[in-house]
Amino acid sequence: MSGVNDVSGKAVKDFLAEAEEILDQLCADIGVLSESSEGGECDPDSLNSVFRGAHSLKGLAGMFGFNGIQDLSHNLENLLDSLRLGKVAIGPQVVVVLTDSLEALGIMIRNLGEGVSEKISVQSLLQRINDCVSGNEGVESDSLLSSLEIPRSMINALTEYEEHRLLENIKKSRNIFTVLASFSLATFDQDLAELTDQLKKNGEVISTLPSVGASIESSIDFEILFGSAKPMAEIVALVADGNVVVRQVNGQQVVIPTSATGNTVVAEDAYPEAAESDAVKPNAAAPADAGITAKSMSRTVRVDIGKLDDLMNIVGELVLSHSTISDIAEKMRKAGYSTMLAELLKAAKGLERKLNELQKGVMEIRMIPVGQLYEKMGRIVRKISKEQGKKVDLRVFGADTELDKLIMEDIADPLMHIIRNAIDHGIELPEERRGRGKDERGTIKLSSYQKGNHVVIEVEDDGRGIDVAKVKRKAIEKGLISPNDNLSDREAVELIFLPGFSTSETVSEISGRGVGMDVVKNNIAAVSGMVDVESVHGEGSRMTITLPITLAIIKALIISTAGRYYALPITSVLESIMIEPADILTVERKEVIQLRESTLPLLRLNRFFHLDGEAAGENVFVVVVGVADKRLGIVVDELLGQQDIVIKTLGPVFEGVRGVSGAADLGDQRTILVLDVGGIINEATKGGGQA
Amino acid sequence: MRRILVTDDSATMRSLLVATIEASGDYEVVEAASGFEALRLLPREKVDLIITDINMPDINGLELINYVRKSEQYRNTPLFIISTEGREKDVEKGLALGANEYLVKPIDPERLQALIREYVGADAE
Repeated sequence: MSGVNDVSGKAVKDFLAEAEEILDQLCADIGVLSESSEGGECDPDSLNSVFRGAHSLKGLAGMFGFNGIQDLSHNLENLLDSLRLGKVAIGPQVVVVLTDSLEALGIMIRNLGEGVSEKISVQSLLQRINDCVSGNEGVESDSLLSSLEIPRSMINALTEYEEHRLLENIKKSRNIFTVLASFSLATFDQDLAELTDQLKKNGEVISTLPSVGASIESSIDFEILFGSAKPMAEIVALVADGNVVVRQVNGQQVVIPTSATGNTVVAEDAYPEAAESDAVKPNAAAPADAGITAKSMSRTVRVDIGKLDDLMNIVGELVLSHSTISDIAEKMRKAGYSTMLAELLKAAKGLERKLNELQKGVMEIRMIPVGQLYEKMGRIVRKISKEQGKKVDLRVFGADTELDKLIMEDIADPLMHIIRNAIDHGIELPEERRGRGKDERGTIKLSSYQKGNHVVIEVEDDGRGIDVAKVKRKAIEKGLISPNDNLSDREAVELIFLPGFSTSETVSEISGRGVGMDVVKNNIAAVSGMVDVESVHGEGSRMTITLPITLAIIKALIISTAGRYYALPITSVLESIMIEPADILTVERKEVIQLRESTLPLLRLNRFFHLDGEAAGENVFVVVVGVADKRLGIVVDELLGQQDIVIKTLGPVFEGVRGVSGAADLGDQRTILVLDVGGIINEATKGGGQA
Repeated sequence: MRRILVTDDSATMRSLLVATIEASGDYEVVEAASGFEALRLLPREKVDLIITDINMPDINGLELINYVRKSEQYRNTPLFIISTEGREKDVEKGLALGANEYLVKPIDPERLQALIREYVGADAE
């Protein structure tokens, strides 16, 4: 270039270093783009990041007079600009051109660095780039923007690209918000990053406009333009606090200019969800034109999960009231009050039927398809596999399986962690996979299905599997097992769930966050779920999460031991049997019985809870419980029958009590503890239950 | 000495600008590697001229200009945009927001030096 004639060696070195850095980032970003573009649409953020890379490279090369690089990156920038502005659609052909261009840039930069003067010809490449761009000039409609209640000053500060993203959001019928936030100057970057992270999970951050806060030395304000399919109330609930204010800037009606005549029409239901935000946006104008309806086409209502919880609690109380009525009727029958009794019983029966319907109805409202969760997982898989340089396909099955909203929320993090682990420890690098004769693209299969009263989620990968010998070695090193313990492979694999266990040799950014599989297991157990692992070394692993469909109201078997009553969730009860004390055998100091073809370990509940008093009866009741594929016989004194119960948590004080998942009201002023079957099975099978 | 803020996410670009601006010995450059860094520096460091790139990852040049022009302290501080060929629309917007000049990469050092003298003068004057 004209100005920097005296380009020093150091400056060129700086250029090369930065150019290579940009190129590496571009290659990674285009990898993500090509994967995500298979669905026809790609992530605007990564597209914009690729554009910025090409743009920076062009500017830099220009400063140094490296015309070849400047020329190619300039053409590349044009193509990327058209892509990000939606003028050109991304497709396989475009991806090939992008990849070829990066390769050519790589060669040019390398040649420069090595002092190779040989020029590579890029004429045909430039032609191909321009073929992609030409004939695709789109026209944006500017007046669409003026229909929004966005301050003109904000529109003025939008770049061409941001304006385009705003229009895209409007075209997709998203709600447009301005989020005003005020932060301290000292911490604004973290504060803002937290806020935008939250927002990005729920939509697209279009622009972030800073302005001087209350005092320039101490605070800074940001006005964020944000597009989301979610309604105002949800966004407010998500981010609003003393420092953050949310405003919706598009209403129910949007005026879209018709291209031919310039007349305007009221777009019918451009914002199906805007109806719900009426309360917070009273100035939404009434439909102006008769015959054109502003009525919402959407037949869905968004409800706060808290309201459903309240409703569910009321249903629960009603179920209990019904039990009381039935009890009274039963007592009346025994006491010989026969007049009107038949009618009372009939009425109680009718009430029970309707209650069941009500309970089922409320329960169904809480159910949402697990597919919503899987979408998030898809993004995580893309992100992590990119970070690790691995190629991973996520295949999803049974996305329409329904699960209680609250369980879904609680399962999101554990599931994410399992998937992270699968990529981090399971899936091998492409070269390694090729070496093992596997497809260089790894696969993670995420499937879910309903099994009785449970929902099963499986995460299966075709990676390197778990090395049982290594797991045993690690467990011995860490003192988790003794070298003399003769564990089967299956038992050994389960060691990964022990606290403090991790086989990873180097702590990576992904799995090294101090969250081990023990935490995953505990979090799943907190929603009465279980997690199992199966693995074939060299071929892959499968994690199976078994969850109850809902936590709200469950049927329970009421049992007693040593004069105390407990509830066992019926979903975990397989059968109840009566045995004679002589049927109980002792194997390796553990009590078992022979049940049909297999041996069933026993656990005496009174001993488990250290209660005094053994059953004196001749017969022993055994409740056979099972979660996933584990079985246990719980020895109790008495079976008192089934009842619907509403599980209430015990609160933080009793949170860690082993074997108990909550408490329930029996309807006659008696409160009993609900047993945590998964936890009890775990305690018993690891050998601590007999103490 | 007059102080000039240079905001650009490319380190190479910044060092070239610094070399050009500081060549005369009349000016001192304060560097910001991102829009955020500029937002942090501006209240602290009194500067006499702001030079900014438009394409930056956190907040872009236009957003920075908007901030500068709305602040009490920098409302009248001269501001130059650095851009590249093909980004004319964004440059126009920048000028409408109150930028005083724009320079297109590759930047001609003599023009940049002349513009700086024109807007902020030199200590000797």
